[in-house]
Amino acid sequence: MKIVVCVKYVPDAQGDRRFAADHTVDREGVDGILSELDEYAVEQALQVAEAAGGESTVTVVTVGPQAAETAVKKSLQMGADAGVHVVDDALHGSDAFATSLVLATAIAGLEPDLVLTGMASTDAGMSVVPAMVAARLGLPQVTFAGSLTIDGATLTTTRDGDTSTEVITSTLPALVSVTDQINDPRYPSFKGIMAAKKKPVTTLTLADLGVDASQVGAGAAWTAVDAVVARPPRAAGQRVSDDGTGGSQLVAYLVAHKLV
Amino acid sequence: MAQVLVVAEVADGVVRKTTFELLTIARRLGEPAVVVFTDPAGAAEAAALAPAFAEYGAGTVYLAQAEALLDHLVVGKAEALAAVVATAQGAGGVAAVLIGSTAEGKEIAARLAITLESGLITDAVDVQEGPGGVPVTTQSAFAGGFAVTARVTRGVPLITVKPSSATAEPAAGGSATVVPVTVTLSELARAVRIVERKDKEASGRPDLSEASIVVSGGRGTGGDFAPVEAFADAVGAAVGASRAAVDAGWYPHSHQVGQTGKQVSPQLYVACGISGAIQHRAGMQTSKTIVAINKDAEAPIFELADFGVVGDLFAVLPQATTEVKAHRG
Repeated sequence: MKIVVCVKYVPDAQGDRRFAADHTVDREGVDGILSELDEYAVEQALQVAEAAGGESTVTVVTVGPQAAETAVKKSLQMGADAGVHVVDDALHGSDAFATSLVLATAIAGLEPDLVLTGMASTDAGMSVVPAMVAARLGLPQVTFAGSLTIDGATLTTTRDGDTSTEVITSTLPALVSVTDQINDPRYPSFKGIMAAKKKPVTTLTLADLGVDASQVGAGAAWTAVDAVVARPPRAAGQRVSDDGTGGSQLVAYLVAHKLV
Repeated sequence: MAQVLVVAEVADGVVRKTTFELLTIARRLGEPAVVVFTDPAGAAEAAALAPAFAEYGAGTVYLAQAEALLDHLVVGKAEALAAVVATAQGAGGVAAVLIGSTAEGKEIAARLAITLESGLITDAVDVQEGPGGVPVTTQSAFAGGFAVTARVTRGVPLITVKPSSATAEPAAGGSATVVPVTVTLSELARAVRIVERKDKEASGRPDLSEASIVVSGGRGTGGDFAPVEAFADAVGAAVGASRAAVDAGWYPHSHQVGQTGKQVSPQLYVACGISGAIQHRAGMQTSKTIVAINKDAEAPIFELADFGVVGDLFAVLPQATTEVKAHRG
């Protein structure tokens, strides 16, 4: 089984995240990592490959600047077999449409049986790229999977909703996005870290993919950001230590502010 | 006047509050029209909702229907919505499409964006009419640290809007025309099927996304949500949980507040035994008033709390519950 996982390089949420002067997310000079939510997709891919056995392969695909190879490397250390990194200066400022176009083009060339993604990125967090990639590839999309089993050419997932849990089936090939409830991603082992150094990473430009530079980047975006304004941090308000009347004081505050 | 299509969220025959919020926003941008997804069997019931939509300004209610539409995931709904957009474009144009910022809403919007070659903005917290009648959106980025204003520059503006981004206000009386739009689902739409729905037990509490008060528990509960639930019931609140509490198996994932759970924006948010990690803040930072109870005086949640109690939630909450009940008589 040929499995492709889409991964994204994002600024570490624990660090100082900011916007650059051109309103894009500042990816220079900030610590970047493999988006935490993509680790679940990589882990699920490894589990599916292990269960399927045989000639199964897991290839991770990323679109991003040079530093994004960090995200590919981490995936290879976890156990993925190969990486594809689309890097091109023209991509700077690409929106979800351009990103999904480049991803879909790169994925199509790999002819996968299964495409896995995380539920969202931890930076922009639009959660729309999986649906867009599926639409462009003409693949069935099964998103927010809380479990995944594959039997022949059929996959079964469960999805946790507000009022019910749904059991969903789809034909393969398909695109599946997974939640952070689906598994516990493995940490790279020392052996995995050493093995990753020898794994192939293919670097592709837009020209290699046959995507015209005019279709990507900030100039091709279908939306425009007019302004980005830093919000003043929420000021801390009143604080009391519970001396046995903490609950009463809390309710007095709520009543005074007409909140209850 | 061009129409502003609002995709209705209807659960068990009841229109969700967010739909009325979207209609209130739609009135700023053009002539509001509602889109309801249904199958032929449910069409009459869906049409009967028209007066409720009209009360909030909808002049047209499109019944986007297809056989077994609700038994498949989003592909079919995106196809049905594209058909409605085409119909509306033939009847005066479409100024924008507004969809609730749910997981499903965003996916429908994403697919529609590819089909219509139109720009998409997700998770708007405000939408206003800008120069030239173009909708201008405000989004909240990086856990509320930045406000981003943006607009769509190509095609039909597609915008997903977060709950509580507007106060639902009824419009001056009118009635809505019901327009059925019937489509046949593609093979792709039919490839993904919902084969079973396991209903969850209803809690009787308000819906987390819509509640005006949310009371959440975290690691500090040690797995005992009884005091959190008791206080929530005393103030008529929904119950939320931090990722730590959900990962520990103490509370269902559908109640998780945070980046990978629900993003809520209630009038009052009460965080009990929650430290306030960035993952949690991303889901509640836009709440109007934040109250925190935590044993650890250094917990980052206090940095954003309007009122904080440094103390044991197992002492503070029961006392508060008793006081609220006494206050309410």
